[in-house]
Amino acid sequence: MRQKNWYLTIGTILTVCMLAFTVLGLFWTPYAPSAMSAAARSAPPSPAHLFGCDAYGRDIFSRTLEGAGSTLTIALAVLAVGAACGLAVGALCGYYGGPADALIMRLCDAVAAFPSVLLALVVLALTGPGKYNVIGALGVLFIPSFARLVRGEFLKYRERDFVRSARLMGVGSLRIIFIHILPNIWPTLLSGLAIGFNNAVLAEASMSYLGIGVTPTEPSLGYMLKDAQGSLFTLPWCTAFPAAVVILLILGVGLVGEGVRERMGVAS
Amino acid sequence: MPKLKKRALLLLAALAMLAVSLYGCSTGDTQPTPPAGVSDSGSEASAAQSGELPKGNSVTVGIAQDLSNLDPQLAATAGVREVLFNIFEGLVKASPDGSLTGAVASDYEISADGRTYTFTLREGVTFHNGEAVTVEDVVYSLERCAGSENDGTPLVSAFSNVSRIEAVDGGRVVVELAEPSTEFINALTSPVIPKDSGPTITQTMVGTGPFRFVSYTPQDSLVMERYDGYWNREKAAKLDQVTFKIIPDVNSLVIGLKGETLDMVVHLPNTLLPEVEKDFTVHQNTMNLVQALYLNNAVEPFDDPLVRQAMYYAVNVDEIIEFVCNGAGVATGTSMYPAQAKYFMPELAEAYRQDVEKARELLAQAGYPDGFSMTITAPSNYAQHMDTAQVLIEQLKAVGITAELVPVEWQTWVDDVYRGRNYQSTVCGIAADDMTAREMLVRYMGDNRKNFINFQNAEYDQVMAQAMASTDDGEQTRLYKRAQEILNEQAASLWIQDMCELAVTNPALDGFTFYRTYVIDMSTVYFK
Repeated sequence: MRQKNWYLTIGTILTVCMLAFTVLGLFWTPYAPSAMSAAARSAPPSPAHLFGCDAYGRDIFSRTLEGAGSTLTIALAVLAVGAACGLAVGALCGYYGGPADALIMRLCDAVAAFPSVLLALVVLALTGPGKYNVIGALGVLFIPSFARLVRGEFLKYRERDFVRSARLMGVGSLRIIFIHILPNIWPTLLSGLAIGFNNAVLAEASMSYLGIGVTPTEPSLGYMLKDAQGSLFTLPWCTAFPAAVVILLILGVGLVGEGVRERMGVAS
Repeated sequence: MPKLKKRALLLLAALAMLAVSLYGCSTGDTQPTPPAGVSDSGSEASAAQSGELPKGNSVTVGIAQDLSNLDPQLAATAGVREVLFNIFEGLVKASPDGSLTGAVASDYEISADGRTYTFTLREGVTFHNGEAVTVEDVVYSLERCAGSENDGTPLVSAFSNVSRIEAVDGGRVVVELAEPSTEFINALTSPVIPKDSGPTITQTMVGTGPFRFVSYTPQDSLVMERYDGYWNREKAAKLDQVTFKIIPDVNSLVIGLKGETLDMVVHLPNTLLPEVEKDFTVHQNTMNLVQALYLNNAVEPFDDPLVRQAMYYAVNVDEIIEFVCNGAGVATGTSMYPAQAKYFMPELAEAYRQDVEKARELLAQAGYPDGFSMTITAPSNYAQHMDTAQVLIEQLKAVGITAELVPVEWQTWVDDVYRGRNYQSTVCGIAADDMTAREMLVRYMGDNRKNFINFQNAEYDQVMAQAMASTDDGEQTRLYKRAQEILNEQAASLWIQDMCELAVTNPALDGFTFYRTYVIDMSTVYFK
């Protein structure tokens, strides 16, 4: 009898709630996120402004909705770039091996040796801020971790009997990679994706927090935190709500990743 | 499932770290106000960090702007001038009320025709290298200001009017002007430096001021210490050492204050008043500069006065002042700030009351009925300018103008926007070197080196030329006022306000004085 998987349950509920919140922000916000109002300056949370207002009378609820959207979009795009390239590199290196593999993996080691946010800061200092530059810079930096993960799994499977028999039967390499081996590494890859997603959310938030991410006029959660940290004690709601959204989002996805691995692990 | 638990624990730990990293920034707030002794040790710690011997009587001042070019006579930006004020002196020197007193010169005479200035050097003035200041040093310095080491282009623009600089008997120096000017005396606050030190001055930094230069680390700090041989015993510095620490982020400046790594911060936006008023000594003042949305008049569509006027009608200056300065700034309407009471024209601030309909009409006349897109470049180290830009973007939306904010680093701003003039519009503050109206207005003459908005107006140039040549005070004032009117009528830029600023010091410090020019005088500051 399988034990109840609490991680998956709680994680799924949290993630769905946060995703619903974010998707809502794509279609509807109670106020225009950048609209300023002299009357509502520094207003505390109230029925009219659920999360209160910042020093310009901008509605924090609306800004958090929009900020969650842009943070999530960037995180997903970063993950897509990092995972797709990492998967390709890792699969090829792991399956074929050889000097090319050694060279590429040392290159990955070199990139991974730097803290990713630091390296992204250098890239952004050269290219200038902006959404697409952030995605590009972080995306490239996320490749090594996925490449390593996938390569490790491929090394494990490429000498397994079912792969050998497939090879003996004359099955092509690409088919072996994608049809025979890849499905076996899903559980590992999924939890890797969950961790990667969380890292991407945090990296985007940190970069915006440091002021080198998105430009100030498009709110992101990290930038909202940076913007409001000067008034952390006088207007606590300006930082509390965006921070809570970041925390709940990564907590939810983290639990889902853990739960998925657990479930797959038990099943196999 | 031990592995699982470990995972969850790790996740929790990561969350806790995130929370701490967000929260930890301002924990200083909960600490009690430090007594005098504690603040001393705070600066000791920071001095020790920079590898210096700890000194009890030293102060660290947080400034938001890096010092771009340390040449004291060039001193292109106000942020450099305000720091170097402590190290260098001219023949004359500004007082807090804006008047001039003798410094390297003990006395001066201006001839009745306003053409000949005669300076008597003060006895006993020495450079920081110990040598006495001689007439040769003064003549060399003045000639360098006039461009002797810069292919004849004056380092100080007012010196373009100088026709002759000469030492005469008895330690006196005569300066003759090509055109009469009674305002030229203000240009003589330009530093006196040792003879032939010009090419290396940014390394040696030898002047005659109350503080002596110790070191400068780009993007980090400038350190100076008291000069014991300062000529003016009464106004000698009281602190042993002052470090200007460059921190280009206003929130970090406040955190530095609270964490006691900084003893003093100048130019804080007064929206931060609630954050600092409890634990620190706060001085509030207008900044004596003109903040504006400066428009590059050479770039489409800002080359059309109708567009500029339309934009001026579209914005609500009072709202900006309310948002950015808690209502404590003063609307200017032109390139003049209220401390210049003789020339300031408050009525010009009323000329463009917000009128969205009129703005739309003017835009339609100019051929932009649906508005246009533009960029606003702003120095990201100045919170007030960044905030102002964000409010402007909201206001301009109402007439269909889509503005995008491009934050840039200070040095990039100086190079690309101010010197390179490669921008569409920018929010910044322009300050004057001295208390003359000329200083705030001459830069908008067509061919002026500092005319970074590329304003071209024949009438303006003519009025300014007449004003500068005038020796009759009443006539000169009238002409300078007319020049201000032209800037307003033409909406050469969207003049906003003289901002309100805070200088915040550790409660153990006293003696800080605001000037009516843009300087930070550290010689008056002392520990209670």
